[in-house]
Amino acid sequence: MLAKRIIGALDIKNGKVVKGIKFQNIKTVDDPVILSKKYENDGMDELVFLDIYATNENRDVMYNLISRVAENINIPFTVGGGVDSIEKVHKIIRLGADKVFINTFALNNPDIIKKVSYEIGSSNLVIAIDAKFNGKYYEVYSNSGSMPKNLNAVEWAKTVENYGAGEILLTSIDNDGTKSGYDNELIKIVSENVNIPVIASGGAGSPDDFCNAFKAGADACLAGSVFHYNIYTASEIKNYLKGCGLNVRI
Amino acid sequence: MIAIIDTGTGNLFNIQKVAGGEITNDIASIENADKIIFPGVGSFPFVMNRINPIKDVLVKKIKDGTPYLGICLGLEVLFESSDEGGSSGLSIFKGKIKKLTKGRVPHIGWDTVNILKDSKIFSGIKNNTYFYFLHGYYLPVNDYTTSTTDYGNMISSSIEYDNVIGVQFHPEKSGNEGVKILKNFRDGI
Repeated sequence: MLAKRIIGALDIKNGKVVKGIKFQNIKTVDDPVILSKKYENDGMDELVFLDIYATNENRDVMYNLISRVAENINIPFTVGGGVDSIEKVHKIIRLGADKVFINTFALNNPDIIKKVSYEIGSSNLVIAIDAKFNGKYYEVYSNSGSMPKNLNAVEWAKTVENYGAGEILLTSIDNDGTKSGYDNELIKIVSENVNIPVIASGGAGSPDDFCNAFKAGADACLAGSVFHYNIYTASEIKNYLKGCGLNVRI
Repeated sequence: MIAIIDTGTGNLFNIQKVAGGEITNDIASIENADKIIFPGVGSFPFVMNRINPIKDVLVKKIKDGTPYLGICLGLEVLFESSDEGGSSGLSIFKGKIKKLTKGRVPHIGWDTVNILKDSKIFSGIKNNTYFYFLHGYYLPVNDYTTSTTDYGNMISSSIEYDNVIGVQFHPEKSGNEGVKILKNFRDGI
């Protein structure tokens, strides 16, 4: 039976792990490869690397990191952040990442989803959606959560599914970094309206937060801080989830 | 030497790290290979198109008895065609790869593998071990099926016939148990 997944997020700047609060106040913390290995040993199901400072100058640093991670870990990992060309997609996959996520690139040119999906396979393409409740609906933001797009997250999720996305990485801008729980409303309405897996992101603080997100419809839960600061290990979370009646890989 | 087929996309280094061998799409290298691994990223039509120049040598090597391990798409291309479209596969076996129709598609994540028949690649692996899956298309159960995973549709998680082995999951991404599968192919076959 397919297990609910716990995904560790590593925000990367210049080859180092960072963790920001609400995309602000970023501080450098740890070596990504050492942290990845620790996560793997602690029962993590998957990893996501977000290049939060994706400039052309540091692009090679990120590529180098992808190779090092691929050499050192044996669980799947996804890479994204600033991916704005099909060449970059191919390079990331070729260096050993299993999946690539794109965000602003897809919003600016939705047809690119079809092309990438055809070339690397739908299963290997994740579309990241950053959303914020605007009082009426969950609105999609681009450019690292800074630019409102006047686009309903549910409609955008359906579009990316139709265009060939294999998975959605759904981040609540409001909850990100707050450790106050996932935005379960957002998870619920998006997961009910698509048939591809949905990864919940933004707000994980306690084991119960994971349980609630899964019950709201998430197929996987992504978290940074709780793992990063060693508050919980993936195994500890999973043991709790088992008690919640969820199927996990232990 | 193990030839890891360069499909022009895909996480080839992960496999090379464990299995050793050479990443190649060179006809002479493939001709001289003792074993072949066909890795698993890309769509069926895109990859069949990319490997068109080496299609004949691949088919010949497989028919000559060279041990072959197909991973994910590398299993799928052993058959005649796929719901994913495009040109024909390597057609080593009769049959068509189907689109998954139950649950969330693609089938992504760690799922259990129910071993039905003894296979060298499962040496040292317990039944119902979790492996990592990442696919939207699957091979229905047939005479070659050695293990299955029930995802609404009954997936052939692995097949084996003579020198030909295929796994739908990704051993190179399935932790220590996955590494065992690659080592079993490298050393035991």
